[in-house]
Amino acid sequence: MTTTAREPAIRVQAITKSFKDLHVLQGVDFDVAAGSIFALLGSNGAGKTTLVRILSTLLKADSGTATVQGFDVSSAPADVRKSISLTGQFAAVDEVLTGRENLILIAKLRHLKDPGTIADDLLARFSLTDAGNRKAGTYSGGMRRRLDIAMSLVGNPPVVFLDEPTTGLDPQARIEVWQTVKQLAEGGTTILLTTQYLDEAEQLADRIAILHKGTIIQNGTLAELKQLLPAAKVEYIEKQPSLEDVFLALVGETSDTADQPATPAGEESR
Amino acid sequence: MTAHALSDTGTLTGRSLRHILRSPDTIITTAITPIALLLLFVYVLGGAINTGTGESYINYMLPGILLITIASGIAYTAYRLFLDMQGGIFERFQSMPISRPSVLWAHVLTSLIANLASLVIVIGVALIMGFRTGASVVDWLAAAGILILFTLALSWIAVMPGLTAKTIDGASGFSYPLIFLPFISSAFVPTDSMPGPVAWFAENQPVTSIVNTLRALFAQEPVGNDLWIALGWCVGLLVVAYLGATAIYRKKIS
Repeated sequence: MTTTAREPAIRVQAITKSFKDLHVLQGVDFDVAAGSIFALLGSNGAGKTTLVRILSTLLKADSGTATVQGFDVSSAPADVRKSISLTGQFAAVDEVLTGRENLILIAKLRHLKDPGTIADDLLARFSLTDAGNRKAGTYSGGMRRRLDIAMSLVGNPPVVFLDEPTTGLDPQARIEVWQTVKQLAEGGTTILLTTQYLDEAEQLADRIAILHKGTIIQNGTLAELKQLLPAAKVEYIEKQPSLEDVFLALVGETSDTADQPATPAGEESR
Repeated sequence: MTAHALSDTGTLTGRSLRHILRSPDTIITTAITPIALLLLFVYVLGGAINTGTGESYINYMLPGILLITIASGIAYTAYRLFLDMQGGIFERFQSMPISRPSVLWAHVLTSLIANLASLVIVIGVALIMGFRTGASVVDWLAAAGILILFTLALSWIAVMPGLTAKTIDGASGFSYPLIFLPFISSAFVPTDSMPGPVAWFAENQPVTSIVNTLRALFAQEPVGNDLWIALGWCVGLLVVAYLGATAIYRKKIS
């Protein structure tokens, strides 16, 4: 990617945040190149969500600076909000409104022209056209998450935060979200995603940072991270299909995402 | 940001009004308790109450019932705001480039519209039960103005528990004392029948002046000083509640 000359889309420097005696973030630094997918990996309680909340102007850091698209999150929060969208851990959809009304609501709040057309386009893109006039409260977990992400893409913000976007999803819905994320990045959107799933980071991310006990303990590409361990030795292991392969093969034909069958699971031999 | 304050408030008010249209039971349940009180006081207790005025008891007590309607209606205001805070939608709004006060204003305006709808239902039932007034259009407008001010003041009070409550019960429980307030006022019986300290409280709390003003407007009598005291209470409560609620909100979102 030709991002070397450009300013990073997200720059985090020495961010700290404590809740009373709980020091959640203790000096976090990293950059995210424009148009790349950056995965923040960490176990539950590592502070991933706190960091995303700081970057999306919902929370103020105790010290340190963070910029998004060159705007400082604490001194220019309004400009940051124009550049970002947030998909939190809990699908932030209005359950009483229909899927289409949810999208129109966001388009109106972003002051876009022709909210109806924008909503219809996104419904089609996320295979929700048929469900568009149903209340979002009746959606399955996967549909709700798709709607949630679709709402985040209204107005094409250049930076998208996805906080554990696939937590609680079934394998198919997960792969759908992955495809969406990849397409977004191909379109030039910068994506910061947090996850506790190692395979998710492996599948998606251009760079992976590991957040542990309040600091980034490693930050690099997958290849760089792999080099931290002793060189791979060649072993011959019988390749058994994983349960995920079996599950996807069995249900794959009936799913509505037949355009890309289950490729991602095949390449895990060390 | 302020350039969009009006359109953002309009968009968000449209959203929460849609919630109410899809579950109109909140408007009806708001009206049910006041209607039950109307029935109870008019057909059970009212015969034994001597108001010392010539007018029918339902004419005497309707203003108090209207205030009880508002006090129970705003419990839903806190409840709706609380639900938004619990789900992710509140944070989604906060992370978007929208005018930030519009999130609260939308809830307050929705509260106003929902309460006015409940008031119309209660007044309709009162008319069926024999409430009569020769009030002119101007009198009705004045009465509506006071009810609107009172609703706005209580709605901003409701924003505070809506923002801070930890549980649903906490979000709506604050309204019980407000619902009870008209009982210790001139709403149902004249205050001079009460023992000294109670009468003093009754005469100096906001409900009495508001009730007296509404009663005078409906009976086409001179409103006198009560109007100014009522306006003072409504505007004062409104300003204090607004400042309190916005201070909590700012602390919450910064």
